[in-house]
Amino acid sequence: MIKAILIFNNHGKPRLSKFYEHYTEDTEQQIIRETFHLVSKRDENVCNFLEGGLLIGGSDNKLIYRHYATLYFVFCVDSSESELGILDLIQVFVETLDKCFENVCELDLIFHMDKVHNILAEMVMGGMVLETNMSEIITQAEAQSKMEKSEAGIAGAPARAVSAVKNMNLPEMPKNINIGDISIKVPNLPSFK
Amino acid sequence: MALKIVKGSIDRMFDKNLQDLVRGIRNHKEDEAKYISTCIDEIKQELKQDNIAVKANAVCKLTYLQMLGYDVSWAAFNIVEVMSSSKFTYKRIGYLAASQCFHEGTDVIMLTTNQIRKDLSSPNQYDTGVALTGLSCFVTPDLARDLANDIMTLMSHTKPYIRKKAVLIMYKVFLKYPESLRPAFPRLKEKLEDPDPGVQSAAVNVICELARRNPKNYLSLAPLFFKLMTSSTNNWVLIKIIKLFGALTPLEPRLGKKLIEPLTNLIHSTSAMSLLYECVNTVIAVLISLSSGMPNHSASIQLCVQKLRILIEDSDQNLKYLGLLAMSKILKTHPKSVQSHKDLILQCLDDKDESIRLRALDLLYGMVSKKNLMEIVKKLMLHVDKAEGTTYRDELLTKIIDICSQSNYQYITNFEWYISILVELTRLEGTRHGHLIASQMLDVAIRVKAIRAFAVAQMATLLDNAHLLTGNTQRNGICEVLYAAAWICGEFAEHLEDPMLTLEAMLRPKVATLPGHIQAVYVQNAAKLFATVLQKHEGETDSQAAQETSQLLIDRLPLFVQSANLEVQERASCILQLVKYIQKLQQKNVEVAEEVTALFAGELNPVAPKAQKKVPIPEGLDLDAWINEPPSESESEDEKPKAVFAKEEPKHSRSRHTEVDEKELARRREARKQEQANNPFYIKASPSSQKVYDAPGVEHIPVVQIDLSVPLKVPGMPMSDQYVKLEEERRQKEKADKKKKEKKKKREKRGKGRKGDSGPESEEDITPAHHVDIVTEEMPENALPSDDDDKDPNDPHKALDIDLDKPLADSEKLPVRTHRPEVLKSPAEDRDDNTIPQETKKKSSKDKKEKKKDKEKDRKRSKEDKKKKKKHKDVEEELPESLPEEVVQSEETKEVAVPPTSADVVTVSSSAAAATVDSSSAAAAESEPEELKDTEPDDTKSSKHKKKKQKKEKEEKEKKKKKRHHHHHHHHSDAGAEDSVQNGTVEDEEPLPPMSNYSLLAENSYIKMVCDIQGNHQDESKVVVSVIFENKSDSFLKSMEFNVLDSLNSKLQRPDGAGPHDGLTVPFQLPPGVSNEARFVFSVQSIVMPQKLKGTLTFIVKTDESSTHEKLDFKLHFTCTSYLITTPCYSDAYAKLLESGDLKGSSLRLEGVNMPFHHLLARICFHHHFSVVERIDSCASMYSRSIQGHHVCLLVKSSDQTVSIDAKCDEPSLLGNVLDEIKQTFSKC
Repeated sequence: MIKAILIFNNHGKPRLSKFYEHYTEDTEQQIIRETFHLVSKRDENVCNFLEGGLLIGGSDNKLIYRHYATLYFVFCVDSSESELGILDLIQVFVETLDKCFENVCELDLIFHMDKVHNILAEMVMGGMVLETNMSEIITQAEAQSKMEKSEAGIAGAPARAVSAVKNMNLPEMPKNINIGDISIKVPNLPSFK
Repeated sequence: MALKIVKGSIDRMFDKNLQDLVRGIRNHKEDEAKYISTCIDEIKQELKQDNIAVKANAVCKLTYLQMLGYDVSWAAFNIVEVMSSSKFTYKRIGYLAASQCFHEGTDVIMLTTNQIRKDLSSPNQYDTGVALTGLSCFVTPDLARDLANDIMTLMSHTKPYIRKKAVLIMYKVFLKYPESLRPAFPRLKEKLEDPDPGVQSAAVNVICELARRNPKNYLSLAPLFFKLMTSSTNNWVLIKIIKLFGALTPLEPRLGKKLIEPLTNLIHSTSAMSLLYECVNTVIAVLISLSSGMPNHSASIQLCVQKLRILIEDSDQNLKYLGLLAMSKILKTHPKSVQSHKDLILQCLDDKDESIRLRALDLLYGMVSKKNLMEIVKKLMLHVDKAEGTTYRDELLTKIIDICSQSNYQYITNFEWYISILVELTRLEGTRHGHLIASQMLDVAIRVKAIRAFAVAQMATLLDNAHLLTGNTQRNGICEVLYAAAWICGEFAEHLEDPMLTLEAMLRPKVATLPGHIQAVYVQNAAKLFATVLQKHEGETDSQAAQETSQLLIDRLPLFVQSANLEVQERASCILQLVKYIQKLQQKNVEVAEEVTALFAGELNPVAPKAQKKVPIPEGLDLDAWINEPPSESESEDEKPKAVFAKEEPKHSRSRHTEVDEKELARRREARKQEQANNPFYIKASPSSQKVYDAPGVEHIPVVQIDLSVPLKVPGMPMSDQYVKLEEERRQKEKADKKKKEKKKKREKRGKGRKGDSGPESEEDITPAHHVDIVTEEMPENALPSDDDDKDPNDPHKALDIDLDKPLADSEKLPVRTHRPEVLKSPAEDRDDNTIPQETKKKSSKDKKEKKKDKEKDRKRSKEDKKKKKKHKDVEEELPESLPEEVVQSEETKEVAVPPTSADVVTVSSSAAAATVDSSSAAAAESEPEELKDTEPDDTKSSKHKKKKQKKEKEEKEKKKKKRHHHHHHHHSDAGAEDSVQNGTVEDEEPLPPMSNYSLLAENSYIKMVCDIQGNHQDESKVVVSVIFENKSDSFLKSMEFNVLDSLNSKLQRPDGAGPHDGLTVPFQLPPGVSNEARFVFSVQSIVMPQKLKGTLTFIVKTDESSTHEKLDFKLHFTCTSYLITTPCYSDAYAKLLESGDLKGSSLRLEGVNMPFHHLLARICFHHHFSVVERIDSCASMYSRSIQGHHVCLLVKSSDQTVSIDAKCDEPSLLGNVLDEIKQTFSKC
């Protein structure tokens, strides 16, 4: 079982938090802070496993994380999950994001948390891995956004226009994460089929 | 229409959307909290608007704020509203928000049941998918129970996308509603062989998760998994299966033997490290389970160790970590194979990665021997000095102590060395483990007699230098060692060189800054030291020294007498008075030493931690027997805690007396345990010293940490290093001595200054430096060997420990919402049958808890038996017109043994009603406990109060009469339904009779069709017709085709490509006696008028000999009610709606309605899809909405069998029709 999935940046700002067990908002923030504290002080070239934060679960739990450019992707899992499998799953997740957002960067996650959630929902459901095949995940996610667009129809057009105008005022979004950064060596792991 | 939408969206396009919110927060970095609070105010405004798009936008923003840590539970109802939107876009936003912030305590979750059910059966797969995903996050026991059947149906959905989600979510359903596991399991098992790999993987996932907690129930699946393992190519699935085998092998060694070969092949062939690693892991598990039986698997061990070594040597830190992790598993059973890789593991101790160092530390534990212990610990001590993080240093500290103390100090050859290691460890700053060091010191000093002199000397130095410890580490508890030091010095004071000096050190004013429990020990042991000093000086002519000592105590003790700590104060004032008295005697030159020493005479022996628990109960002693007769229960009735007794079987008959007693005793035992746990004077099984350490006060004293870069050297303390050297020399010397074959063995306490030749030595040659007799901990004689199974009682998986191989009993069928006629036939009979398989199940279970359950079940069953009797009685009563009094009388006498009749009836009828409307079942459930309580006092009354009881019986009789009276007026709404019997106490919330919306569509000798028509949430113009087909014949029915003649207004939705007059194939066949449900979607244009559609069902009847083609005509009646959708509504929104003036009114009067008001409301809610907005006495406002968005409001008033309904709606003809239908409903009953 996956207990929680957290994404935060190098400063510990949460970009996505998905808890598969209930905690109060305060506890959730505390867990995020604690996890950030544990993960951030680790060097780049150490292993990606950490034995439990104190808050989330007991000795059975592990933190498995990957660090991409400005973002940490942290999965808290129990012993029923394969460590290397989860590492691979994180990779699949990030690559999927990269495909869905076309060169994903932190800003994409900041402004489209809901979309990230929707993509994640196609991979992990209620703490259990639903799908590991990237193309399947993308197909389902895109089919749903297509549905969303068709529902918006004409009515959505003006809103989209306004949102485009609003975005123009933004300073140029730096594309921090690119696929070059992402392809951090995954030792001999053929991606799941 | 479209224009209106566009206009609406232009209005809102300047609303703040999620992106704007995020942007705003980023632009207000300095006053973020303030900005967000204004945003929340805006959101609250937006949520009040009617436009669902605005609401959805607001909820979306709330989801973001929730991530930032803001509590958004106040918007739960709005989230439900957005969830029930017909548009996928909004629905998804709603479900996402719900999945982020709903939990079991969220009360509006109750409202979602029907919504979720609708979404689950939506024709759009993504609606279903979104609902499943959301539900997986917030499923509650109630939701799980109500929806289990719907989800189970989805497991066989045509779309793999839905199937895999449905399969996965079943795990959550099992956790919340364990009863669903057995009925759902066959289908789950079936999904293991689903053609779609995603579904298969999901099924494997769920079963692995289940089997991990209760492996023994899943052993029978092993062959299936074995097949999957050899055939599957999906690594994810393979990993899961292999992990599962790892959990199964300990239970079935034969499985392990079979596994070795394919696993070894996989290890050799796979290129995926993740898979390889899991294979190795499982092979290890197999080897562990086989370790006793199969010696010739050394090749496999070698293979594993060799592969792991490759992992550990890899440059990838992840593999290194996992390699070490797996290695530690091998270590437990095959330490020899691991020990040969000691070099590699020691190397990992130097790794820069903390996770890896920790793993290496774990391994070290199993690798020490007498030979290398000192060397390894020395290395660890170096790490302790270097370690930066306190976590890692603490880990090191505990590991050192673990390593040294393992198996009763087996590997320690020199305890002086160990004591000095402990003393060195006290110099650690900021460790949390002071108490650990302390207990080691105590343990060693007590149990190793030979070391006491040395230990006492060391402890005296520690006490003397206490300021070094207490200076800055008070918060971190290293001062705990002073507790041990003081006690050791006091208890073994005879070994002290200068007790006076130590006494002085223990009475320094600074001691008063120590935590209370340590001060207490100081004071007590100061007294012991005082006794020693006195004794020492007794023989001397000059009594000066002794008197000085008394004076010292008299001077210093008042400091402790003032202590805020009760223990310190009490001990100090006691001892102060004692010393004052002694001083008086001393001045009279009386010899007191002997008497004072007698105060502390006798030696304390170590007691094993569980000794107390293991004392066997002497024969003939019954701890549960009454010493005095218990006071009669009726007297203490008032004080009885109702909650405790609520579940208890009331005492009512002699025959069951023993059973009741047992239960009562169990309860008392429990209560006593509780009391003991809370009683500070009750000696608990754990060592008392450990308890003392938990004293508060240490944690919260703020202390400034001083960073000392120079390592602290406690003056006069030996360094443990020197022992390493000495030990080496000693061993060499011994070796040399042996070589020379000297018969006279010299053994000194320390092998100082010896020289000898070097040479290899084996483990056996090493002899301990001291003659150590390790005192074993005391255990009571004939202690009972007991293993405490400390399973977490709160573990939700405990409930899932269910035997899955037994055939399914009818009672275990999942609750189905739809009311099929056969469900209602004879609940009492059904239940009676079911108890038989239940009983066999019970017998197989050995668990104590299960037994308890059994009792409950037994109780239930007996109740049901009674219920049956009761039913007979009812029948009897109804047969003759004039009720013969004697019959009743005899029944009443029986009644003595059958007490809670009313409760029985409530149970039954409420369970029958449970499957109806949520609200009604809730009402029934509410009323149930109340009534139970009401009846209980009667039953628990002891026989002493027979008179009273008789009176009660009379009352009951009267009630019965009333009830019968009631019967005649009360209509029987459903055939075979339970009469809503009241016991007269809770009249107005009586349980509801079961209701069903399914009406007969058509029937002939072969088939019966009943149908229910519901509006479709997702689509404004769709209506879903659920038809239950029941095969009444003895033949097989197949090729059923359902066809309806479309009207201009309503059309049956046919698949693409089908002609407008083609029928729809019913997607199942019906064996004899079976019924099944199919859903058909109709598109409707106008909903203001009811209408009828003609249709035909054609089917083939197949008997053994022949098959005939049959048809059945029917008329589908679309009432206006079927276009209404139950929609919750807030009272303020409701008021606004009425004020708006857009609605047109109409009214209705019903005469002669003879039913309780809440029944009336429940009927309107259930049959006409309304929800109650507010209810005040016999007046209620209700709301519903049509699929096209018309609001329908009702004001229902009831007085004296007359019900008046004022109604308002924005579509008068719709309203007229709805009211007509309501009228019809009530005229029918």
